[in-house]
Amino acid sequence: MHSDALILLSAADSRPMYQQIVDQITARVMAGDWGPGQPLPSIRELAAGSGVSVITVKRAYEELERAGLIHTRHGKGSVVADRPEPARGRLEGELSQHLRRAIDVGARLGLDRSALHHRLDVALEPTPEPALRSKGTDS
Amino acid sequence: MTAAFAVSGLCKRYPEFALQDVDLSLPEGQVMGLVGVNGAGKTTLLRLLTGLAAPDAGSIEVLGHRLPEAQVAAKRDIGFASEDMRLYRGRSLDWHIELVRRIYPAWDHAYASELIRRFDLRPAQPLGGYSHGQRVKALLLLCLSRRPRLLLLDEPTTGLDPVARAEVLETLADVLRDEGRSVLFSSHNTHDVERLADSIAFLHQGRLVAHADKERFLDNWRRVLCLGGGAAEVSGWPELAQVRAAGSQVEIKVRAWSEDLPQRLSAAGLSVQRVDPMALEDIFVTAVRTGGAA
Repeated sequence: MHSDALILLSAADSRPMYQQIVDQITARVMAGDWGPGQPLPSIRELAAGSGVSVITVKRAYEELERAGLIHTRHGKGSVVADRPEPARGRLEGELSQHLRRAIDVGARLGLDRSALHHRLDVALEPTPEPALRSKGTDS
Repeated sequence: MTAAFAVSGLCKRYPEFALQDVDLSLPEGQVMGLVGVNGAGKTTLLRLLTGLAAPDAGSIEVLGHRLPEAQVAAKRDIGFASEDMRLYRGRSLDWHIELVRRIYPAWDHAYASELIRRFDLRPAQPLGGYSHGQRVKALLLLCLSRRPRLLLLDEPTTGLDPVARAEVLETLADVLRDEGRSVLFSSHNTHDVERLADSIAFLHQGRLVAHADKERFLDNWRRVLCLGGGAAEVSGWPELAQVRAAGSQVEIKVRAWSEDLPQRLSAAGLSVQRVDPMALEDIFVTAVRTGGAA
């Protein structure tokens, strides 16, 4: 199997699965693994390769399309956008938005500038591997 | 597009249980996960779709065939696997393969050999010596190698160890490659459903209480953590499935999320600390405990 069609999903990750796919494809494009014009695996191929439903991959591709990172041509599949810079701009915008929200919440908690800096440093520390979560009721 | 199956007004009464008024359909090429507690009606629905049981009311169409009238034609294209299907303990997997292969000319020998390797099964050994997990895998192999257009699987991963479960799930994911094949599977393991299903059907006490595309279904639910004293005030809001207070902390499980909810909560005296998506497991337990409304 084409290793491109493999997305590494984690059940212990609190992000929804479609978001994990969006983030991993974004990371691959940003890292240059996938250059402009490169065809993406088809939705079914990626779904089957990663063991995740077709609808989840479809939703991820829709989000990537909206973010300007990929182009979907009807009947021909999706390719990485020629200029993924707008996508970068969008990510920058998203980051600023998250920071603003963090600052707002910090203000509500009564944290000052240095306390906020400290919280960011703590959050940046590598966290220990999350314990395996038990799932399901297999008997 | 043809439906893999479509049922309408479906009823089936047993002395202790009744499946009532179920309308449900699955477009071809999709995977549907059937969730519900024990006794919710999952197996009854699957049996009706295989033609093993006849409905008391309502209509059933499978791959364009009406059941139970066109049962014989429909059965050629249906693959059904359930725990209570018995294999011959004294016979080997090879023997079973020969048996099924003679009945179903579409049998895919290359795929069967691949599954024997992937599932690490010994084809010459009598099945009486197989473990539970090996028997489940043998049954799936017999079902999948026929390449049926509709797979009906009752609890395909129950009782499997984590490695066997991963093998079975990967094999089911392979089926997704072909857009002409459809799968309906029931599972207690909501994680399996969350991963593989395109849509979710939720049965509770014999009724279909929710049916939606999985992304939309999950998107409707949120867990919201708040601080403040407004728990009593908001607990009757219809979009909130559950409101629990622990001191000044309030946990809210939202069944119909909307972007303006944090604002309305804060107007009610609850300051929103965080909003998280919910796993299907948590949604399922919350929905059952709060009366089955999803």
